[in-house]
Amino acid sequence: MPGIANPQELAAYRTRAVQAQARFKGRVLVCATGCRALGALALSRGLRERIRAAGLDADFEVVETGCHGQCARAPLVLVEPQGYLYGPVKVEDLDEIVQATLVEGRPVERLCEPAGDHVWTTVEEIPFYRSQVREVFRDCGRVDPRSIDDAIAHGAYEAAARALTGMTPEEVIAEVTGAGLRGRGGAGFPAGVKWGICRKAAGGPKYLICNADEGDPGAFMDRALLEGVPHQILEGMLVAAYAIGASRGFIYVRAEYPIAVEHIGLAIEAARNLGLLGRDILGSGFDFDVEVRMGAGAFVCGEESALIASLEGHRGTPRPRPPFPAIQGYDASPTTINNVETLGNVPGIILKGQAHYAGIGTATSKGTKVFALAGKVRNTGLVEVPMGMTLRQIVFDIGGGIVEDRPFKAAQMGGPSGGCVPAQFLDLPIDYESVKEVGAIVGSGGLIVMDEDTCMVDMARFFMTFVQEESCGKCPPCRTGTRHLKDILTRICAGKGRESDLEELDRLSAEVKVSSLCGLGQTAPNPVLSTLQHFRAEFEAHIREHRCPAKTCQGLFRYEIEPHTCIGCGICARNCPARCITGDKKKPHLIDPDECIKCGLCFEKCPYKAIAKV
Amino acid sequence: MNAPHAAATSATTATATIDGRRIGAAGDATILEAALEAGIHIPHLCHDPRLAPTGACRLCLVEIEGQRGLHTSCTRRLEPGMVVRTRTEAIVASRRTTLELLLSEHCVDCLTCDRDGTCLLQDYAYEVQADRNRFPNVMLQPGQPNYATGNAAIEYDPSKCVRCQRCVRYCAEVQMAEALTMTGRGADVEVTTGFDIALNDSTCVLCGGCVGTCPTAALHDRQAKGLGREKDLEKVRTTCSYCGVGCQLDLNVNRRLNRVVRVTSEPGCVPNDGNLCVKGKYAIDFIHSPERLTTPLIKEEGAFREASWEEAIEVVGRRMSEIRDAHGPDAVAFLSSSRCTNEENYLMQKLARAAGRTNNIDQCATTCHAPTVAGLGQALGSGAMTNSIGEIEDVHTLFLIGANPTEAHPIVGMAMKRALRKGARLIVADPRVTWMAARADIHIKHRPGTDNMLVNAMMRHLLDRGLADLDFVRERCENFEAFRASLDEFTLERAAEVCGVDADLIGRAAEMYREGEPSAIFYTLGITEHTYGTDNVKNLANLAMLCGQIGKPSSGINPLRGQNNVQGACDMGAQHHSLPGYQKMADPAARARFQEAWGVPMPENVGGKCTDFFEQAGEGVVKGFYCFGEDPIRSEPNANQVIENIRKMDFIVCQDIFMTEIARLADVVLPATCFAEKDGTFTNTERRVQRVRKAVEPPGDAMADWRILCAVSTAMGYPMAYAHPSEIWDEMRSLAPLLGGITYARIEEEGLQWPCPDERHPGTPFLHAGRFTRGKGLFHVIGHELPAEVPDDDYPLILSTGRTLYNYNLGNMTRKTAAIEAKQPENFVEVHADDAAPLGLRDGGLVRVETRRGSLVVRAHVGRKVRRGALWMPWHYEESPTNILTMDAFDKETRTGEYKVCAARLLPHA
Repeated sequence: MPGIANPQELAAYRTRAVQAQARFKGRVLVCATGCRALGALALSRGLRERIRAAGLDADFEVVETGCHGQCARAPLVLVEPQGYLYGPVKVEDLDEIVQATLVEGRPVERLCEPAGDHVWTTVEEIPFYRSQVREVFRDCGRVDPRSIDDAIAHGAYEAAARALTGMTPEEVIAEVTGAGLRGRGGAGFPAGVKWGICRKAAGGPKYLICNADEGDPGAFMDRALLEGVPHQILEGMLVAAYAIGASRGFIYVRAEYPIAVEHIGLAIEAARNLGLLGRDILGSGFDFDVEVRMGAGAFVCGEESALIASLEGHRGTPRPRPPFPAIQGYDASPTTINNVETLGNVPGIILKGQAHYAGIGTATSKGTKVFALAGKVRNTGLVEVPMGMTLRQIVFDIGGGIVEDRPFKAAQMGGPSGGCVPAQFLDLPIDYESVKEVGAIVGSGGLIVMDEDTCMVDMARFFMTFVQEESCGKCPPCRTGTRHLKDILTRICAGKGRESDLEELDRLSAEVKVSSLCGLGQTAPNPVLSTLQHFRAEFEAHIREHRCPAKTCQGLFRYEIEPHTCIGCGICARNCPARCITGDKKKPHLIDPDECIKCGLCFEKCPYKAIAKV
Repeated sequence: MNAPHAAATSATTATATIDGRRIGAAGDATILEAALEAGIHIPHLCHDPRLAPTGACRLCLVEIEGQRGLHTSCTRRLEPGMVVRTRTEAIVASRRTTLELLLSEHCVDCLTCDRDGTCLLQDYAYEVQADRNRFPNVMLQPGQPNYATGNAAIEYDPSKCVRCQRCVRYCAEVQMAEALTMTGRGADVEVTTGFDIALNDSTCVLCGGCVGTCPTAALHDRQAKGLGREKDLEKVRTTCSYCGVGCQLDLNVNRRLNRVVRVTSEPGCVPNDGNLCVKGKYAIDFIHSPERLTTPLIKEEGAFREASWEEAIEVVGRRMSEIRDAHGPDAVAFLSSSRCTNEENYLMQKLARAAGRTNNIDQCATTCHAPTVAGLGQALGSGAMTNSIGEIEDVHTLFLIGANPTEAHPIVGMAMKRALRKGARLIVADPRVTWMAARADIHIKHRPGTDNMLVNAMMRHLLDRGLADLDFVRERCENFEAFRASLDEFTLERAAEVCGVDADLIGRAAEMYREGEPSAIFYTLGITEHTYGTDNVKNLANLAMLCGQIGKPSSGINPLRGQNNVQGACDMGAQHHSLPGYQKMADPAARARFQEAWGVPMPENVGGKCTDFFEQAGEGVVKGFYCFGEDPIRSEPNANQVIENIRKMDFIVCQDIFMTEIARLADVVLPATCFAEKDGTFTNTERRVQRVRKAVEPPGDAMADWRILCAVSTAMGYPMAYAHPSEIWDEMRSLAPLLGGITYARIEEEGLQWPCPDERHPGTPFLHAGRFTRGKGLFHVIGHELPAEVPDDDYPLILSTGRTLYNYNLGNMTRKTAAIEAKQPENFVEVHADDAAPLGLRDGGLVRVETRRGSLVVRAHVGRKVRRGALWMPWHYEESPTNILTMDAFDKETRTGEYKVCAARLLPHA
């Protein structure tokens, strides 16, 4: 394959790639990454067969893409140029899609997003997308992540060409600093400043590491980016490496992300083949290459010093800082570590300029942030919003509100290092500072929506269990402190809490934060502290009244059959393992509270929802 | 070495403040180090000055003014202007909680714990009055099988582990064995071996460094369990009695039991910085072995009977005197012991010369480093290690030839490991893939016995390339032109053929050695135990001089002495040709000095070496033999011939701690003491005189060797009496200017290195600064020779012998320790896979090794460790005495046996 030796050749290459695509009338874009588990590959295969059978293969191209974002409707199919977004799509729907949309050019309305009495047919109309500002995710779901030609047709490597051949490293750093891009992995440290420190650091060789060890439960934007737009991430690395003066880069990615590993591997190989990685890239004289290293799925390896230890072949445990990696990182050399989303933003900043990026967001938090919406919200999935958007806009306008329109209770933000934002802060503008003020963090963008059925004590216990399992065990506060926090929370959830437990939770949490070695331990008690701050009454109900207000903690509520709803079908009685439900046929049944083991089977099995938690 | 450096920087020292005190903050010291130095106490569990800081235990947290949060003082450098507080309310609260958390995962079992009183967790918990009831106990269950189960030396108890990782880090950073690792996550994390394999199957070398650095009782010496807590034990600082490194050990003595229960060592001590090897740490069981000799024995009608000291001494005195008087000075021979103290060696040579009236006095240097003493003596003027162990870590290019320090001199090996971690380059010339060879930048796996060819070709290459340091040669050396001319025939190509290695490798090794800033040569018996061993040594001196790599810190030529006091035994004049302090027996002034001091004329005969004694015994010349702490039957080559010769002697007396092979042949056996039972001094390989201190009472009637020697001398008509070994030392130093300035008082804390002529002299870390001891360094012309026996069709393989990490020489001390026997229970031969294949020999199979002198059936270790065509065997096993195979050919000059080369063959074991 002939290489691309300079920016002119890149432009020519892009022209050819665009021309090659122009011969199609349209593209059918099937999310084959996140939607794969729901049968997306059968859809793309089925579409190709039907298009061929219909003799349309010269007109329509089926592309397996990255994530479209609206995961609640997976698997998703997007038809260009109209922008019809269908989901969830089944193989049985394909004939109709081909006939109606590809042949006749009209939408299949039953597969579109319902909007009361009508439907939203195109992406532009759908509320989920309407309020989003897609900068880093612009091309995700639109390009073929396995094709460098498609990436270049969409503008990939233009930013790199501009940076490497038209800007000094200092100018690149100034541009990114001016844009106000802050680390998207959680800490929010200004990326340009980080680059500047590394650039100025003595010694070498210097290294760039892309941190793709995404570990927060529920967050998957980094996975989606690597799967969907791997060339964008590589390009971001290329620019960052040029800025700091690194000739070697690593992508540290979880082994549990096989599609991300595959796609980024293909991207690296393709970029190497075209000379976009390697020596004298685009004629700039700058050399850079990247290798992928797979992590074994330890949460702590997202912490940069533990990540470096793991990369060096050691057990992934953190080291005290200073020295910071920018001064003494991989192999004791100056090293920059950026998160995937951070790097994904870089090409856009170079191409559109710092002013464009800085024009989005708030005074201190610029640009957009991707959130992984999860929990009790309708539109679960990945959303990219400008910094400063309120939680209400995210949860209700984009997220479509709570499932079954139950009341919003809180949003857990920032994963195990974060906290919860209760309902009274729904109009809080989401940026680094304001979220921190109410006891949570933006973090890497995990956003779990909770309704009244979520027990906050149980939620804190869940995160403490997670942290305890993921603590590397190096320092006592994190290793053992979180163990005792977990044990106390478990005890409270079991109704065996003591009055002194609340005091100990407060005290031990504070001490674990102040004494722990790395970010994991220093933030581990946050879910406890923030729930204590906002939902202390729930803790007290568990401890003093042995009652779980959310009726989540087994044993702290009773099951009762509502006589008016029960029709006496007997399903509950047949399923009861304790045989404590009695009643005559077609007469309301009764649970013997003394015998009930509170397993909840009757509650699940009752077809008439006649069983209540009280 | 450190003092001038510190003084130079102190003038410009900037200061910081810790707890309101102004502290110098110039160097690289961390806050913790600076605070401890200043006497400010900061608790710390994971800090060990030998390890890179890791910040794990969170106890040393401090506040730094102007910086948010708390900081680990062990990882932060104390910077000028810093204001540090070490015990604010917040810090103490954090510390108390951290300790309470540690207690909650700890088996708080102080009542029955060996570490009661030395446990840091206990100390700190007491200090902050930690509440052990604040958290429920969640410790990992004690007594669960773990990786160390089945190992007789080291036991790990996770219920007492604070997860400070000192053991893991020590194993990786200091020992570089990487046998230990952490496993698990969260509260379940614990120490184990890689893949949880048994410790003995791992890369563990049983150095016990993990036990030594453990701040609690999580790792402990299994054998010491229940034998004493801190308050029951007394630590007696002494010098290790195995190899020549001279490690400082603390014998932990339970006085009530009269027993050494364990060995420890303090970080910071010279030369070993608290590090030990398996022998120093664990091979102490021999001290209290039931096999110890406890009473004098006299042989009557072929059998020993117990005797009183008076009777035994009378017999020895009478019989030795009779032989001396009847047959003259050449008929009696005295073999001194380099395992024993300087004072005893001094007395032994005095006994030989003043009472025996003979120069037939020798010790085991003849078996090992006599070529060093001769070769370096002639070339440089001083036959000893030129540099100190402490200088090794700053060597830039290490050149090891015929040396396997990680096994034979493990603490020197550790110093070299430190150098490697600092980035040193490493050249190893060795026919075997030793630990160092496997990590070398260049490994020359040359044919055994071809060292001179190799070194000559290296030197010619450097001269050809114009790389020699001719300025140094002109200024400091002589006989260069003749030497240069002699190198003509030694091309790289010819060397490549003779040595069996790539020519390019030899050239690159030469250049790398030359370019080192600085470089140092290290060698041991791979160089000396040849028929041209002295030539080998001289040639290494040639190389060092040619490159100007000598006479500087961390640069020189360093023979690593094999036995704890072989340096001292030579220094004390236990050699036929020299008096104490290397004063020549032939020098009339020296003779006069000793004659006056001792009040007897100096012997007139020339005397011989121990190898001569046995040959002369065979010829009927030597008839009376005093054998002190040696077993030539096991240690001399061609052992069967040695036995035959020894049987011809009229009278043999053995003074030893065990019934050795030669003791069985003796007429009188005198029960002696080991190093733990007497006072004195040893001199280590770096010429450092160090104290040996009595820790326990000897078993039965065993008597301190110096007392025995005095009694025998008196019985032979030359009365000797001293109240204490220090009196012997003072007599010796009054006669030997080399050691004149070293006194017991001066070496109470730390040993001194000779030359040390007067009591104000600070000792000499490295030799030949500015000028060589002999004036000009003398280049020797060294040709190429072949070993006495080379492979042929009948015996196609080359057999070399040596020692291993786990056992020491005869093995009669080390093999008393069960952990060592479990690790290395039997003799073996290393065979190259290609040589094993034709015999169908598999790793672990039995094979017969045969030479022209004998044959043994041993287990085969098949692999690629040895060269194709080469065999290697240790000689530690009484039941399988390797030296019945070796060749009784000797170095031309020093009569050292050629243990490193003889022709051998392998036969299938039927």
